[in-house]
Amino acid sequence: MQTIVTDALIIGGGLAGLRTAIGVKRRGFTPLILSLVPPKRSHSAAAQGGMQASLGNSAKGWGDNEDVHFADTIRGSDWGADQVVARMFVHTAPKAVRELAAWGVPWNRVQKGDHKSVINGEEVTITERDESHGLITARNFGGTAKWRTNYVADGTGHSMLYTMSNQAIAEGIEVHERMEAIALLHDNGRCQGAIVRNLITGELMVYLAKVTCIATGGFGRIYRVSTNAVINQGIGTAIALETGIAKLGNMEAVQFHPTGIFPAGILVTEGCRGDGGLLLDAKEHRFMPDYEPEKRELASRDVVSRWMETHIRNGHGVQSRFGEHLWLDIRLLGKKHINSKLREVKEICQYFLGVDPTESLIPVRPAQHYSMGGIRTDYRGESPTLKGLFAAGEAACWDMHGFNRLGGNSVAETVVAGMIVGEFMADSLTTEATLAISSTAIDSQVNEVRDELASFQRSENNENAWQIIEAMQSVMTDKVGIFRHGEQLAEAVTELQSLYERAGRIKVSDTSRGVNPELCAAYRAKKMLKLSLCVASGALAREESRGAHCREDFPLRNDKDWLKRTLTSWSPEAASPAIDYEPLDVMSMELPPGWRGYGGKERIDHPDTPTRQAEVDGVQAGDADRFAKQQQLMPFTGCLPEPFRGRNARLSEELDA
Amino acid sequence: MNACTEKTIPVKVSTARTIEFAIFRHNPFDEASEPHFETYQLEEADSMTLFIALNEIRAKQAPSLQFDFVCRAGICGSCAMLINGRPGLACRTLISQLPTKVTLMPLPGFELIGDLSVNTGKWMRGMSEHLQTWIHSAEVSNFDAMEEKMAPEQAEQIYELERCIECGCCIAGCGTAQMRPEFVGAVGLNQLARFKIDPRDNRTDAQFYEVIGNEHGVFGCMTMLGCEDFCPKELPLAQQIAYMRRAMAAAGIN
Repeated sequence: MQTIVTDALIIGGGLAGLRTAIGVKRRGFTPLILSLVPPKRSHSAAAQGGMQASLGNSAKGWGDNEDVHFADTIRGSDWGADQVVARMFVHTAPKAVRELAAWGVPWNRVQKGDHKSVINGEEVTITERDESHGLITARNFGGTAKWRTNYVADGTGHSMLYTMSNQAIAEGIEVHERMEAIALLHDNGRCQGAIVRNLITGELMVYLAKVTCIATGGFGRIYRVSTNAVINQGIGTAIALETGIAKLGNMEAVQFHPTGIFPAGILVTEGCRGDGGLLLDAKEHRFMPDYEPEKRELASRDVVSRWMETHIRNGHGVQSRFGEHLWLDIRLLGKKHINSKLREVKEICQYFLGVDPTESLIPVRPAQHYSMGGIRTDYRGESPTLKGLFAAGEAACWDMHGFNRLGGNSVAETVVAGMIVGEFMADSLTTEATLAISSTAIDSQVNEVRDELASFQRSENNENAWQIIEAMQSVMTDKVGIFRHGEQLAEAVTELQSLYERAGRIKVSDTSRGVNPELCAAYRAKKMLKLSLCVASGALAREESRGAHCREDFPLRNDKDWLKRTLTSWSPEAASPAIDYEPLDVMSMELPPGWRGYGGKERIDHPDTPTRQAEVDGVQAGDADRFAKQQQLMPFTGCLPEPFRGRNARLSEELDA
Repeated sequence: MNACTEKTIPVKVSTARTIEFAIFRHNPFDEASEPHFETYQLEEADSMTLFIALNEIRAKQAPSLQFDFVCRAGICGSCAMLINGRPGLACRTLISQLPTKVTLMPLPGFELIGDLSVNTGKWMRGMSEHLQTWIHSAEVSNFDAMEEKMAPEQAEQIYELERCIECGCCIAGCGTAQMRPEFVGAVGLNQLARFKIDPRDNRTDAQFYEVIGNEHGVFGCMTMLGCEDFCPKELPLAQQIAYMRRAMAAAGIN
């Protein structure tokens, strides 16, 4: 068997993996990227609308800074996020945008003078300053106090990914394409690389590494209706779980995007609403102001998706042969805007719906979109339980998103996490990371993988992998969706458990050499079922509603009992996951729990909240500048790698000073 | 009545045709495998794309069938293949727009992995390394400072060319690429044009000439323009090739 040795093994060639690898390489170590597909085809390319970073260059972003971005992110998370990590993120995001600008991303720029725009259904004129002309501009997104989403038309992820991938090529970073890590190698509590299947030849290979990073994105494909690419099956997350040592965080926190086109579930960007698009019902009535007078269409995604489903339940959906949906109306933005800033949306509507969105309404309904949960890491991106295993991007529960991610914060996280985690991986390579796995340990772990693959060829097997995956996806969409209920969740767990047992009897009839798609489906089915069980079990156990996790039988956010992060593990002998919890400390929060500014106002408070709120109010009332106040409330700068600690320059702060 | 007030999606009503797919089959890793066509029947469904059809054929009739899809939304460029002889993206090809007999073949010009799957990634990485498709500039290391300004229209022009998804349709549709495997194709020439108009890239025309001022570069193009005909992103490839050829001719003379 071929064995390849490297300093850092990066599993996943999207934005997070590429940026992590660049960071490692620039510190003088050798990274190697494994990717299921050519990196430029990664799901990062699907991010349309933009990347949040508080540059504050444009008129509607004027006055923005890290503090405002931080507060938006924490409110969006419904206080489920790790506030130190969120602070590290908002501080580094402007540097990430600027780095990408230097590397070639053609960010849309501020054009001085008057512009027509649409806000709250009405045409307005926005005047951009002369001094801002040519700086990076931003559009509006949901759940934000300022226009903060930097963008490249509606191909932001595409431009970022091409730039990042080209930069990785420029730096000579090796990428092994069409490679799938199907097990992590570990010995004595330390991750030492992976067992990898070549998706061209079907051969197994061993990649040994001192440090390993999983950057494989989300696991949306455990759902039937998802905006995710077909490769987003969460295999990277699953192999971490299968070590029995690494743990997954907040797996029940699954985001549904309000505007998946109906019925295909393909995404149309939040930028449609950010730029002024409206949601309409069967009578073409704009219904969001009825439910959310403050933020209307631009509340956070969890809130908008729930109101859409509620509105359909109340009988206002549009009937169609595929079921009910609502309308997204972007006609009011005008042809010029749609043809330049929303052209991917236009193409998607033309090809998949046969409609021209400059003239017709777009049928939409919420679809699974993002996995807030993932491999639990510390602020450095390393698993607290399996040393040498790092994770970055959507695959990680680094935990800046808590129970709901804001639009524009995910591509931002990929790059920022890549920058930060890459540095910490290099630190680890400099200090403690070693390659110390015995050949006996390698052989026994490889043999386990071989045995599992061979088990699908047993003559007595009788299950079909694709049927099992389909059944799993239906359970998840029908019973672990936007609205959740204890009874349905319990049913889901039972049904998934039975599917998991059946998955052990999947029959692979094709025995020819090569990739063998049937075999791929077989081993992936088992891994996806494990993730599904983590999601459903976590959702059943969490008896409250927080962010995207909405229990109809426990409708309130309950900080008193549930201000804690779910941790899920799966020991190799077990038939089901084990759940425990990690508390979030109110007394160390910079922003104590409160109302989000949208969604329900009722909640069960944590007993520490008033005390901490009084402390925070006291500090905020003082005369110190914003940096000193922040430092007093929740120091974080020391957590950042040294190169990212500097203050971000901002035109608004220079001119307003 | 305005079409928008109708309460159903304006999709074509299915006539439930049975479609006959003739699919190229070959597994180069199986010594017994010979290239051949196999035929599969499938009943058409509403809004069915080739993505849906091929997955259904694989799940129910041909478990070993190889093909590539990633985004299934027309943005990642994975699924280009010959659809009734024409290069195109399978994921956004609606069955309703195809005749009852559909022939599917792998994209020519790329290494075959198996059946409809080809190694465009390897080809594109090679092209990228050869042409150095990245910004060449002095290293900036301070990102705390404000970004360099750029004219808004210039940024938009760059994005216009950056929309390429490296699907390979322009290579499959190119006469030169079929004769000369080293030809960088419209995908390569367009990408260099993108860097040439980018003020952040400090390469000179003489430097561009070194890599594309030959028959494997811009002078290899026979202006048959299959590239532009088949580009799923409708990129202005003919214009970009002409632009680069004028610049390279001038650079060659100088």
